[in-house]
Amino acid sequence: MSKRLFRSRGARGAAVLAVAGLALTGLTACSSDDSTTPGGDDVATVGPGGVDDGTELSMWTRAPLERQAKALVEAYNASHKNQVKLEIIPNDDMEGKVGGAATNEDLPDLLAGDVVRLPYWVENGLFTDLTAQIDGLDYADDITQGHVDAGTDSEGAKHTVPFVTDISVMVWNKDLYREAGLDPEKGPTTLEEFREQAQAVADLKKPGVSGTYYGGNCGGCLVFTWFPSIWASGDEVLNDDGTEALLASDSAKAVYDTYAQLNASGAVGTGSEEENGSTWTAPFSNGTVGVMQYPNTAVYAAQEAGIDVGVGAIPGVDGGGSTFLGGDAMGVSKDSEHVAQAWNFLSWMLSDETQLEVVAKDGEVPGRNSLLDNKYAQENPIALAMNKIAASGRTPVAPYFSEAFNASGSPWVNLIRNATFDQTGTVDEDNDAITAILAQ
Amino acid sequence: MSLKTAPPRGATSPPQPPEGPRRPRNPHRRAWQGWAYASPTAALVLVFFVVPIVLVFVMAGSDWTLLGGNQGGNLPENFTAVLDHRMFWPAVTFTLKYTAIATVLLIGLGLGLAFLVQESTRWRAFLRTAFLLPTALGLASASLLFYALYSPQVGPITPLLERLGLTDGPVSVLGTADGALWSTVLLIVWRYAGFYMLLLLVGLQGIPGDVYEAARLDGAGTRQVFLHITLPLLKPSLALSTIMCVTGSLLAFDQFYILTKGGPDGSTMTLVQLVYNLAFESKRDIGMAAALSVIVLFALVIINVVQLRMMRRNPDE
Repeated sequence: MSKRLFRSRGARGAAVLAVAGLALTGLTACSSDDSTTPGGDDVATVGPGGVDDGTELSMWTRAPLERQAKALVEAYNASHKNQVKLEIIPNDDMEGKVGGAATNEDLPDLLAGDVVRLPYWVENGLFTDLTAQIDGLDYADDITQGHVDAGTDSEGAKHTVPFVTDISVMVWNKDLYREAGLDPEKGPTTLEEFREQAQAVADLKKPGVSGTYYGGNCGGCLVFTWFPSIWASGDEVLNDDGTEALLASDSAKAVYDTYAQLNASGAVGTGSEEENGSTWTAPFSNGTVGVMQYPNTAVYAAQEAGIDVGVGAIPGVDGGGSTFLGGDAMGVSKDSEHVAQAWNFLSWMLSDETQLEVVAKDGEVPGRNSLLDNKYAQENPIALAMNKIAASGRTPVAPYFSEAFNASGSPWVNLIRNATFDQTGTVDEDNDAITAILAQ
Repeated sequence: MSLKTAPPRGATSPPQPPEGPRRPRNPHRRAWQGWAYASPTAALVLVFFVVPIVLVFVMAGSDWTLLGGNQGGNLPENFTAVLDHRMFWPAVTFTLKYTAIATVLLIGLGLGLAFLVQESTRWRAFLRTAFLLPTALGLASASLLFYALYSPQVGPITPLLERLGLTDGPVSVLGTADGALWSTVLLIVWRYAGFYMLLLLVGLQGIPGDVYEAARLDGAGTRQVFLHITLPLLKPSLALSTIMCVTGSLLAFDQFYILTKGGPDGSTMTLVQLVYNLAFESKRDIGMAAALSVIVLFALVIINVVQLRMMRRNPDE
């Protein structure tokens, strides 16, 4: 008896074809198809809600957003089989930690990052392409666009969604306004009104009290608080692809001149010149500043400290209002083996219920435009004001943003110091120095 | 064949080697034992000293980005990029200036304090403890403490100066280039003067008293004793202190990172802070940061060799 399995030539041919077919199928299955996760789930076919099968997901976020991240993770873990394990990273360690993990292919499933850092992370391929998932949501057009834009690469692929929204607002101390004879319910609506009101508080000559305060040695604080005035004036701060600085426009110079005047008249709090961001929000919370631009996430802390806070949009030269749409966006990392499960968290996070019952209920700004005017905000005038401001928010996107603006000794910090403290009249040259870095 | 006899009980003579042909000691065995003793330390040196240095050199020669990892060779571009960087020469200048100021002040003050605690008999223990205490505080903690002290909002400097009538408004200590430099120097002097006092005190106490007695008998005055006895015999301690002080100052980072973040206007950017800046803040370029680290390493080696040659004790002395 022959030991050959297939005796006939035809049977052997069929077997070869079958094996070849299986091999091809297998090879295809093993190939790097973007829509297939390493874990085996085809994200495109798992539906808009992803998969909730009891997988443990890892998540990194930075320390300033700990409160918001914990609230979201606790709510998700309480209602899902999947469990998110949250790791809080110190703000200054984030870049190094992500860099090391990216190199070692050890990034967490869910990675949240500062919106100004995200373009660089995205361009370096740190995130999974979620274009189909984001566009597939019923409310895709309703998502706050700045956080999606920050995670969109040069080819239009989307990678991130809003995680925590941090916006800049104009705040004023109502008690100091009353003392200065100003209307405590009316904050500045133009740049000139801002100057006048800051000056009025400074003119009280109260010990330790100043008209305004700013982070004169903190590039991040300055982009967060001063860019909105330029936007509100109808100008841009960067060109479309983030390779050119437009910070020598008339409206930009008007912003610098306003602060130069306030400096000259002694209305700016001492400490602004050396403020590197460490204690940037402290003077207002201590009740020693009349009016200043401020992060919305710190407004509640100021209220808890006993300050009667007024909140408004950051005005432009002749009116209008805008805000820097900051905070963190979140995506699924390139190293995640549980993309469908991670998307389950993200889609849950963006849902109406989560945005209302977890985010808005906690006094935070929802990541969905239609939910900004919500029942919780209606009960809290400050939250409502901030949410209205958020709708007009902008987020600048540039690959070399950190080097040009945030890094120690950046040309942006030089521009501000030259324009407002030293008044060297070199705004145009300093703007060119920023462009030189953005365009590299 | 010889007879073996047992030594009498209680005999104190050293034990005799067994008779017969002597077995030569095995040199291979001795070498093996030597390696066995040295291998744990050698392994530690290899892992924690040699490997990192080799890795830094590899990085310095590579196109190595923070997020992209090693993407191939990049010589000499990393080094030329560092030398062309707008903050490189300001950082070199500032680091050398800071090193010179810190070294002169710390060694001078350390020597003065060492004399003080050596001479003072009544307060010796208290003074030694008081001067050395700041050394026990971590540099980062000390920097945060001074940051609060310098703060115009909560620090005591403005009220103090106002009471003395020296100012009528808040004082911005870290807001100017000179203010940032000298306030950081003050922190360093407070933090390290006691440490250098201790090093130099050990050197002072190692000088034999009879040398001083002989000098006094020969009629030498205080100045002559200091110049011709104390200083020459203190040379090894001074050399050690100076090398440590210069090396530490050239590698300054924590105090400036916390107090000034390199500002204002990048005026207090040290070389190591620039390394951090290139790697994690601005360029996110590990290769470029490693190239700067290699430059700093070579500069340190050269400066230390020069220092050692200058301060080496003359064998004829």
